[in-house]
Amino acid sequence: MAMAWIWTGMVVVSVVYGLYAGTIGAVGSAAMEGAASAVELCLSMAGVICLWNGVMAIMKACGLTEGLSRLFRPILSRLLPRACRDKETLSALSGNVSANLLGLGNAATPLGITAARRMAQGCEGRASDELCLLVVLNTASIQLLPTTVAGVRSALGAESAFDILPAVWLASVISVAVGLLTARLLSRLWRS
Amino acid sequence: MDFSAYLIPLLLAFVAIFGVSRQVDVYSALSQGAEEGLRILLRILPALVGLLTAVHMLRASGATEVLETALAPILTRLGIPPETAALLVIRPVSGSGALAIGSELMAAHGPDSYIGRVAAVMLGSTETTFYTIAVYFGSAGIRRTRYAIPAALAADLAGFMAAAFAVRLFFGVS
Repeated sequence: MAMAWIWTGMVVVSVVYGLYAGTIGAVGSAAMEGAASAVELCLSMAGVICLWNGVMAIMKACGLTEGLSRLFRPILSRLLPRACRDKETLSALSGNVSANLLGLGNAATPLGITAARRMAQGCEGRASDELCLLVVLNTASIQLLPTTVAGVRSALGAESAFDILPAVWLASVISVAVGLLTARLLSRLWRS
Repeated sequence: MDFSAYLIPLLLAFVAIFGVSRQVDVYSALSQGAEEGLRILLRILPALVGLLTAVHMLRASGATEVLETALAPILTRLGIPPETAALLVIRPVSGSGALAIGSELMAAHGPDSYIGRVAAVMLGSTETTFYTIAVYFGSAGIRRTRYAIPAALAADLAGFMAAAFAVRLFFGVS
């Protein structure tokens, strides 16, 4: 239902403001244009999205995801020591992080949920410090190849669709670090 | 020559050679993945039709400019271009909404412009925070979320500021 409210809000605001500002004529033609541009955008980024999904599928078939998740186990054990005492939680967690890194959203979410469920046992509906950290890790994107964005960029005629990679990595690292630090800080202040 | 010019072809070759050396049928894996990509596109297209319609309407009515002007004093102080105001508001709430606003920004300003690049980096380095929190805590049966939301939103804000900073760092303001 949330999306229904957001969409209705956007349409109502543009109509009301269009009537007030006298731009309502442009609003009407923009609506048609917007719908057409959605199909155009999807068609022109289809090739890039399909190609990179294919590459990700090869990486997964080669076992690169498992390799990556082995790489993350030591870091995760340090970050979430209590959860990682449990073998199955640790493997779900490291699978979640490596799937997120490779942009395999469909694989990352179920693994993350498995980990969250196991970590929530005995919490009685109250988020533990480690559960908050897990959620922060997942709400801060840590994707190595942002393929959808690159698809949009190449569809719009960018010179080099992936040239934003270093900027994306830097911004992701800063965002994850700030999230984890804030969580650590708040865990001391939040006693309830 | 930027390094992504090397990265992409080398990555393709590496993945292919690595796969073949491990006796993986890379070609069928590739086509299966591509098929999955089509399914993803089919899922986002209907959402984008609705959302890009609304985004274009908002832009044409002039309402987004009101939001940009209202938030401009704060955003410029944080180093974030005010043109991205609508993207910041929708990003934590709706992934396809953010993609719609972001792609509209990239189309309007050009994908290689400062604003276009900042929008792209913002999309690539943040997540749909509220959706993710709802999925994780919902399925784990957590009702008292404590400081998870403020911490996640702090990460988002840092991501937005860092996106603008990183684009200025790597590409300059042009």
